[in-house]
Order: sequence, then structure tokens, then C-alpha cells
Amino acid sequence: MIRTPLRPLARILEARSKGENPDSIERENLRLRHEQMRDKARVRAEGRLLVMGVMFFCGFMMVGTRMALLASTEPEEPQATVRAAQIISQRADIVDRKGRILATNMETNHLYAHPHEMVDPVQAAKELVKIFPDLKEERLLKDFTSKRKFLWIRKQLSPEQVQAVHDIGEPGLNFGPRETRIYPNGHIASHILGGASFGREGVASAEVVGVAGVEKVFDEFLRDPANGSQPLQLSLDLTVQAATEQVLAGGMMLMNAKGAAGVVMDIKTGELISLVSLPDFDPNNRPVPLTKGSASDSPLFNRSVQGLYELGSTFKLFAASQALELGLVTPDTMLDTRGPLHWGRFRIRDFHNYGAQLSVTQTIVKSSNIGTARLAILIGPERQQEYLRSLGLLDVPPVEILESSGAKPLVPKKWSELSSLTISYGHGLSVSPVHLAGAYASVLNGGTRVRPTLLKQSGPQHGERIVSERTSAQVRSMLRKVVTDGTASFGDVPGYQVAGKTGTADKPKPTGGYYKDKVITTFASVFPASDPKYVVIVTLDEPEDRMGPEPRRTAGWTAVPVAAELIGRIAPLLGMRPEVEPAALGEVTLAAH
Amino acid sequence: MTEMVYGAVRVQTGEPILPRWWRTVDKWTLSCIVALFGVGLLLGFAASPPLAGRNGLNAFYYVQRQAFFGGMAIMAALVVSMMSPQLIRRYAVLGFAGALVSLMLLPFLGTDFGKGAVRWYSLGFASFQPSEFLKPMYIVTAAWLMAAGQELNGPPGKLISFLLTCFIVILLAFQPDFGQAALVLFAWGTMYFVAGAPMLLLTGIAGLVTLGGIFSYHNSEHFARRINGFLSPDVDPRTQLGYATNAIREGGFFGVGVGEGEVKWSLPDAHTDFIIAVAAEEYGLILVWAIIALYALVVVRSLVRLVKERDPFIRLAGTGLACSFGVQAMINMGVAVRLLPAKGMTLPFVSYGGSSLIAMGIAVGMLLAFTRKRPQGQIGELLRGRGRL
Repeated sequence: MIRTPLRPLARILEARSKGENPDSIERENLRLRHEQMRDKARVRAEGRLLVMGVMFFCGFMMVGTRMALLASTEPEEPQATVRAAQIISQRADIVDRKGRILATNMETNHLYAHPHEMVDPVQAAKELVKIFPDLKEERLLKDFTSKRKFLWIRKQLSPEQVQAVHDIGEPGLNFGPRETRIYPNGHIASHILGGASFGREGVASAEVVGVAGVEKVFDEFLRDPANGSQPLQLSLDLTVQAATEQVLAGGMMLMNAKGAAGVVMDIKTGELISLVSLPDFDPNNRPVPLTKGSASDSPLFNRSVQGLYELGSTFKLFAASQALELGLVTPDTMLDTRGPLHWGRFRIRDFHNYGAQLSVTQTIVKSSNIGTARLAILIGPERQQEYLRSLGLLDVPPVEILESSGAKPLVPKKWSELSSLTISYGHGLSVSPVHLAGAYASVLNGGTRVRPTLLKQSGPQHGERIVSERTSAQVRSMLRKVVTDGTASFGDVPGYQVAGKTGTADKPKPTGGYYKDKVITTFASVFPASDPKYVVIVTLDEPEDRMGPEPRRTAGWTAVPVAAELIGRIAPLLGMRPEVEPAALGEVTLAAH
Repeated sequence: MTEMVYGAVRVQTGEPILPRWWRTVDKWTLSCIVALFGVGLLLGFAASPPLAGRNGLNAFYYVQRQAFFGGMAIMAALVVSMMSPQLIRRYAVLGFAGALVSLMLLPFLGTDFGKGAVRWYSLGFASFQPSEFLKPMYIVTAAWLMAAGQELNGPPGKLISFLLTCFIVILLAFQPDFGQAALVLFAWGTMYFVAGAPMLLLTGIAGLVTLGGIFSYHNSEHFARRINGFLSPDVDPRTQLGYATNAIREGGFFGVGVGEGEVKWSLPDAHTDFIIAVAAEEYGLILVWAIIALYALVVVRSLVRLVKERDPFIRLAGTGLACSFGVQAMINMGVAVRLLPAKGMTLPFVSYGGSSLIAMGIAVGMLLAFTRKRPQGQIGELLRGRGRL
């Protein structure tokens, strides 16, 4: 800063030379400068004061305007606001294909206390214990008389309990509304629905979030208020689902199986009409996951989607259909079935010795491993792999439940020629029953790809072509023969022309190798064979038919009768009319005499 | 010469005190203050009975106290407004020293009344909040320092006042009382602005305040919670703010009627921080506008009168007092209408509160004293061709 000299030097020097006192000059100068400075400061201050005055005026105007804006809007009742928000946040219902409720909400309340607002804590504690005998009176009283301002007392009160607490008349007891997810059908479709629980929780409300199944996959849709609580419609049919569960439960008991899975799927649309895994659970009270042992032993485990099994001879359909489609064979081409078939050090045997030669049809009907392996040799590993992939057997199933994302088929590390032989008759590749349903539908519905879905569809899926109509018809008639005079003779349901393929696979040991006495039996079927409408897969885990002199474990004795019972039960529910066959007509005529 | 005898009657030189006071005082501001006090009493009748009921007192206990303290406040205002600026300055600087000491002793002798901040001394019959008294005294002291700094060869008044301000702000922030701290800082800012702050520095200070705000936001949970509550778009209707907003809406233009309001039953601070909500609900927008007009009139009129003031000290002190008065009212009402984040600040003269009323009375008295008409040497100035008016 440049300092301005206080003394005007020139004038002082001049005054000195004249012999005058320079002090007065200096004082005069100081006074003038001071006045100048004050004037400047004042002018500036005047301007700034005016600016501030205007700013304050504007500020007060703003507050006044804002007041007016607020005053001119409608008031919201604090209570009403919370209620309104509650309804918007409500989770959408889940319904079956006919609109029947599978999952909905019920308003319950959490009970909490504001001890500082309590009028008579002693009485309140006494009355509460009367309503909820599990609460401790001393504990409550201690809480109510403590310095705490807030405490939860009990969660999820029913309307009756809420009324009882209201009747105490204690202003310090309050309710936090809670929307609770309920599944009115109990355990039916439990694996598909999954379950829901509370997410973020406040006093006045809480999020309900899906934890598994469709509840989890469609969580955002179900919670989105923009959908206007439009329900999520599934492809399931509640009655068919219930019947499937009932029949499978019965079959599981009779066959002494430890688990069962069932899939009923529309062959054209891919809609899963029922999807069952037993044992199941009640989604209203979801069990905790097992902490030890195999997860597949938990009732939460969905065998029909998560259960990856070597499904055995049911895979023979794929070898046969591919060989036919590629023009390598015709249904009547004879295959060499002399056993055992040697491939390196590996030997392939049949369950029985079927003689030197079998036609392709006979190979399927009798379920010859050797014959199927011969087809696989003709096809080759690359083409087989490609074909199985086109059927969706090598990818996670597109089913819209959380669990399907983990159901990645177990494929051999190296898809060698030997692998291709064993896979052709269903060993070495583990897939779930729902995979099998999708692949069977794709081959047998006329030859177009079908992807299983849990959402209701408006029409058939026009998927990419897998095999020709002709091939599809040929393998259908083969499968029909399996039922009429093959391994699945118990599977014939009069009037419904069941066509299917059995599969009995030894269960692999966790330590390597296979159990001798533990099997997975499967019956994969379609009906009616002439114009298939539905795919039905029934899989039993470790079944054992002990009714005969020695235990029988093959699918023909275990899974097939259960499937037949199932088809007999559900076909009428699905609105299918049995085709009355001429022979039966004759019997009716006879009986009339 | 005949009077120059023993025992003669003393002749008063100059004008008697009261007529001169009445002639020179700003009667508009004075009426506004009295009107505000009247409004405060009126609203006290509405807002305080629920509190009295909760505390098991006579329904109008708080109204009586308000009337008593308000009367004292008006008296204090009148007495102070009759003093000369030099006298006020002298007392204020002494009072400032006293208030500062009591503020520093707060952590050892004060009580927090269970509110989480040690701001009060309990005197038995009433509580006493030193920061309330500190504020007007501080403003006068700071104005004195700044004015002295404007003299040639004067002390570095601006710097000293700034250091003083920082010290007080830190003391207040440790209580914690961010509201008072902000007010002190704001008052200093306005004075500094009028005293001729360079524009560059003003911008810098604005930046510093912002940074300080961010720092407090991250380091003080108390502060952060309030800011978050303000920033969240939907107000939880069960908070004080939610109730206040609702009450204003409920009231509409003409109010729900005297004594018909509901908000006073749910708001714990209905008689202090949110008294404007009670006013809006029971008497409607009309009364709220009237209150706003009263405050605006006091502040703007004082500022305009100060424009003519030639004395730098009076100008600065008056500015600081008027602005802190106005901004306190503005913040209080701004919070209720959600223009500003929630901050506990009383509505001057209207809200209930003993020590705050008296401190406000003193502050307004000083303001009245500083805005009195004084010979400003206008004619001389005009003759010399300087000055604006």
C-alpha cells in the first residue's frame, strides 16, 4: 500500500521558510482528507443500505408469497397421507391363469409404545399381558416407566388383536400399519411363489420385498405403483397344480420316494400349468435354509427346476429324433444291438438282451442303450451338442423364478465321443425336469422350439424349427408304442392316447461312481399322441416299489403309474374330452344286453 | 443577570427529554414494535394453553408471563431509546464484556434443560440465555470498532471485530447453537458490508460460509439431520415442519377461527419457533401478512432512516441491529413455509420467551435510539456541494 503523506511537504517547507507554524497546515490537511474519506464512505454506505433495504423487502415479500401459495393449497391430513401412501405402495396380487388369487396382502399392524404419552402404564401392561400371554408384565412395566420414547411391543397383530389393544384405551400405545403378504392356498405352488418379507422398515410402513420364486423375479413389477395394482397373472392353473401335488404326494408315499417333481406344460405355448416339487413348504411361514447337509434336502429346494439329474433313457428321444431328422435312419432302419458295446475301455450294456438287431422304433420301445449309442455314433458329438443346445438343454431354463438362474445343466468337461454315447441314453448330462419338458415339447409339438414360461401367454410360441413335422410325428408314434407295448405299459390312460418315454438313472454318488440301489425315475410324456396338447413330466427321487417279491425301481414300475394317475386326474380339469375307442364301444354295447 | 443569585431555579438548557424523544423517535417503528408485541400476546392466548395444560399450570400462565416480560421489554426499549448513542455505546460495551464472560462460563454453570445444548442459566423463576443479550451488545461493540477503524490513524477495527466475531461464533457453535452463531455472523457481515467491504472479499466470505456449512453438515449430526429433513422432497407429516405446513394450508386466507386451531396441540414448539403456524391456522393469511408487513416496515424504515445518518458508528450499529432483527423474523417464518431448513429461531417480540423478549426489547430500544432524528448538518453539506440528500 502506498501511504499518502500526511504533511503536504511543499506547503510546510514554504511556511517554514516564511517562519510560520506548519502544524496548522498539517491539521487542516488532515481534516480535509478525513472529511473526504467520510464522504466517500457515506456515499458508499448510503447505496449499500438502500440495497439491503430492497433485499429485505424482497425477502419478506418472498415469505409472504410463499405463505399465500401454501395457504391457497388444500391441506393434507397427516394421517390420511400415510394411509394413501400405504395403498399406493401395496404389492400387487399374484393370480393364476383363471384369475384365482395365489398371493395377496392383508393389513396387519405392529404395536409400539410411546411411554411418555402413557396415562396409566401399570394398567396398560396388565391389559397387554391379557391379550398377549407371551409378554412379560414386569418387563413391559419396566419399559413403560423408563426414559425411552419409543419401543416396539409386538409385530403383526391381527385385526382382532388390534381392536383388543384399542379397547385398553391407552393413548401411548400406537399402531404402525404393515401390509403383510399372504398366500391363501398355503403350500400349493409354494416353490413358484417363493415368499416375501419386510425390507426397509419405518414406523408407519415397511417395504414388502420378494425373497424367492416369482416374488423375487417380479419384485419390481409387483412393487411398482405405476401398474395400478394390476395383478401378476401366472400360467399356473390352481386346480391342476393342486391335483398334481396331491397325486405326486400319493405316488411318493406308495413308491417310498424321498422326493418328487412334476411338470405339466402346454406343448404349444410353453405355459407351465403346474410345476411341483415335493416336499414343499408353506410360503406364509417360509422355513429357514438348512445350515448343514445338502441344500437339496431342504423343502425349499425346487426339484423340478433346481434339481439337476441325469434323466436316463428319456434322452433317447433326442438321439432318435435327430437321427431321423438328419436322414441317417428311418423308423425301420435296423441297428446292431449286440452287447456289450465296447468303446475304448468302456462297455455299454442293456437292461435285457434284446437280440442282435432292433429297428429304431424298437430301440426306443425297448429302451436299448446300445441301439441309441449306435445312433449317437452316426450323429457325432458336435451335431449332438448343437441339437441339445437348440432344445435348451445346455442353458439355464427361462422359467421366471429366482431359482432357475442356478439351474445350469451339468455338462461333461470335454464333449468326447464317449460322452456323446452316454448322453444319448441320458447319462453324463444333468438337467432339470423343466428342461426336459421344454425339450420334449419342442420335439413333439410339430417340431418348433418351446421355452417354458410361468407367465400366461396369449397364443402359441412360434419358436425356431427344431425338427420337421414328419420327424415329430414319427417320434410321437414311437413314444405312443412305448406306452402301448413297451416299458411304459402302465402309463396308458384310456381315451387320452398317452405317449411317453421312461427313464431310470442310477444316482451318482457324491464321492464318484453310481449307487446300485438309488435311482431317479422319470416318465416324460405327451398326450394325446395324435395331436399333443400337454407335456407331463413326473420324476421320483429314490423310489422303490416294495409290493412285489423284490424291490422294483425302474420307471415303468414307479414313475409311470404315478404319471398315469396324474394324467387321468388332470385331463378332465384341463377340459380334455377322452376319445372313446371302438373296442370300448363294443364293450358298452355288450354290457347293454 | 438577575437570575444569578443563590437558590435560584435551575434553568434547563435545551429541550426536555420526553418532548425531544417524542419529536425525534421513529413513531412508525415504535408503533410496529408495540403492535408486534400485541400480536404476540394474542397468539399466546391461542398457542400456549396446551403447553400450560401439559405442564399442569393455569391455562394462561404463559400469557401472563409473556405480558409481564413483554411489559418489561417495552419499558426497556423506551428507556434505552431515550439514551444518547454515546451512552448506549458505553453501556453496550460494558454489557458485552459481561455477556461474553457469562457465555464462556456456560459450560461450567449453565443447564441444558434436557434439550441437548447448554445455552441457559437457570435463575429459578426464569431462565436466562446469555447469547440473546450478547447479540445487541456485540453489534454495538463491533460497530464501534469498525467506525473507529474508519478514522484516520484509527485502530484496525475491522480486523479486531472480525476476530471477536470468530471467537463468539466458535463459542456458540460449541454449545451447539448454530442459529445464534449464524445470526452473529450475519450481523457482522451486514455491518462490514455497509462499512465498505471490498466486493472481492464479500464473495470470498460467501464461499467460506458455504464451506463452513458443508463442514458442519459432515461433522455435526444435529446439523446434518436438519438439512436432510429440508432437502428431502416430501415432508413427513408427523414432524414439526409437516404439522406447520399443514396448519398454514388449513388456515387458508381467513383462518379456521379463533381458538379453533389444531396445530398447537401437536407442536411442542407452537408457542415459540412455530408460532407463525398457529397464527396462520387460526387467523389465516391476513394476520400473517400483517405480521410480515410489520417486520418489513421496521427493517426497511430503519434502514432508510439510517441512509441519512452521518455518523459512521450510529449507521453501522443501526444497520446491524435492524438486519439481525429482520433476518431473525425472516428465518423463523421461512422455516415454517419450508423456504429454509429447520432452525430453532424465535419470532422477535411475538414468540414466547422471557430473556429473549427482554433482550429484544433492549435491541429494539437501541435501534430506536439510533434511528432518532439528529441534526446531520445537511444544509452545510449541500452548501459545500457534497452529500446526497
